[in-house]
Amino acid sequence: MSRRAVWAWRLAGLAVFSVLGCARVALAVDPATGDYQLKPRQIAAQTWVIEGAVEDFSRANGCNIINTAFVATDEGVLIINTGPSWRYGQQQRAAMARTVPQPLNQVVNLNLHPDYFFGNQAYADVPVLALGGSRAGMQAEGKAYEDNLYRLCGDWMKGSESTPARQTLMPGPVVFGGHRLEWVRLQGHTADDLLLIDHSTGVLFAGGLVFADRVPTLPHAKLADWIASLRTVASWIDQGTVRTVVPSHGPVHSGRYGVDQTLDWLQWLHQRLHSSASQGLDLSEVLRLPMPERFSRWAALSAEYARSVTYLYPQYETDQLTSQPVQAEPGR
Amino acid sequence: MTDPYLPMRSGRDPLCTRRDALQRVGMAAWVAGLTPWPVQAQDQTGGDPLGSMQWPVIQRKFMGQEAWRFTDEVIVKGPEFAEDAMNVPIWLDARALQRSAGPIERIVVVADRNPIQHILDFEPLNSWPVLAFRLRMEQGSPVRALVRTRDGRWHVGQTWVNAAGGGCTVPGASRADGSWSRTLNQVQARVFRNVLDGGTRLRLRIMHPMDTGLVGGIPAFHIEQLELRDAQDRPSWRLHLHEPVSENPLLTLELGDGAQGPWQLVGRDNNGNRIDERFKA
Repeated sequence: MSRRAVWAWRLAGLAVFSVLGCARVALAVDPATGDYQLKPRQIAAQTWVIEGAVEDFSRANGCNIINTAFVATDEGVLIINTGPSWRYGQQQRAAMARTVPQPLNQVVNLNLHPDYFFGNQAYADVPVLALGGSRAGMQAEGKAYEDNLYRLCGDWMKGSESTPARQTLMPGPVVFGGHRLEWVRLQGHTADDLLLIDHSTGVLFAGGLVFADRVPTLPHAKLADWIASLRTVASWIDQGTVRTVVPSHGPVHSGRYGVDQTLDWLQWLHQRLHSSASQGLDLSEVLRLPMPERFSRWAALSAEYARSVTYLYPQYETDQLTSQPVQAEPGR
Repeated sequence: MTDPYLPMRSGRDPLCTRRDALQRVGMAAWVAGLTPWPVQAQDQTGGDPLGSMQWPVIQRKFMGQEAWRFTDEVIVKGPEFAEDAMNVPIWLDARALQRSAGPIERIVVVADRNPIQHILDFEPLNSWPVLAFRLRMEQGSPVRALVRTRDGRWHVGQTWVNAAGGGCTVPGASRADGSWSRTLNQVQARVFRNVLDGGTRLRLRIMHPMDTGLVGGIPAFHIEQLELRDAQDRPSWRLHLHEPVSENPLLTLELGDGAQGPWQLVGRDNNGNRIDERFKA
């Protein structure tokens, strides 16, 4: 192969890589100025994403670990998710205004987790919507999220207050500025997982149901429901309804890449917890079991594994103790 | 050489870094031929590798004037970070110590920075000196096992658990919804063979709110004593639990080689309610 051909291949590879968004952009967040350096990237007609770090929350990444997005139509701009802080919301709004001329129309939060809605504080003048269950969850847990994010993220949170969505979104199809949108409620990552399919562009905003190159977060998860929901998402992809997947965490990608990764993790985790409990392992021991090689390059592996096992394993343990009890006899 | 002015590593006690820095300053002064820095006099942690200022007090309170040492033969494992401050899993294993220093009389578990430091006492008796349990933590803290061998010496193992905290001062789920009274002192138990080589593992869950007394208007209400008796009515092990042990305690014990049931679990809480359950493997 000639040198030129080699370069052509490399460039082609690079192009594919960046089209799929798999290149992990080193985010130049600046803690001194509190600048998240948000850079909207167009992924389809009138559709932009602002990518977060594929990591766990930390001060170094400004706790910006979520992908947010906006669809700028002739009817105005729809913002999807508002990031982990008031400051993020302000900078997201400014980045959107620098990128597109259309006025803001509405903001939607795809679930109750704090990085989906803490930037709502910067959108007091426009409708902010979420599913009813998500709104209730934001109201119930908002203060605890605040405490936790201030502890994890420090100054990045300055001035931030939990600002739950103010209106309830009803799932279903809607035409918005020429885009044929469909809001779908699934569940499993949380009790109310909102997804947006843009039938005009083939883009799916998958919220917390799909993760890519990163271990899923499970504090509100029901594994069986989640797995069922992912099978639904996979069928949309297989049927060609969805071509591009925007997960909340991890690179934007095409096809079943993220769905299959997330399914793999959830099914593996369920199997591990089930077999550990039936062998009689304690939570302490399960936390220290070795991890399969195939997950070793995923972001946030040790933190998310510990979190998931801590929250989920006790149920598997007590199921073992109650479903097959020893032949207990009443006492004297 | 490590730069003493580097920021502390996350998850470590800041005092640890400060103590290290003090020692280095002392060393530098000595090397420079100046008056040696009185390192020990300045070290208010009593030589604690986790750098906790509470250690000298804990040492006196729980071990008195008796001889003691830190040792790797007492294994204490906790999570690096307590994801759930109301259920922090701790794993204790003093089998290596038992092999080198002889039979173990009792194991005292303490958490330096908990509002109630004393977590439990464990007498392994005829079982292995292995115990897994969960505790509530109010903030990040060392968790230590002070192990007294029958020769009257103490051997100390420990770990540091980081925690966002608050675990001792919020009511547990069964207290919050009132369901505790319907299940009080019910026992679930199951025996597993060979989880540790040659071992007979007993996993036990006892339904009890284990109120710490640190939640407004809810007095301390917790299991105090538990004892497992074997088929010959000999005690297999004995536990004295204190307030910070988690709600509905889930305990994992190793009864030793070829232990055979049936067993009887007896105990009581601090209100005098009795626990009495028989079971077979």
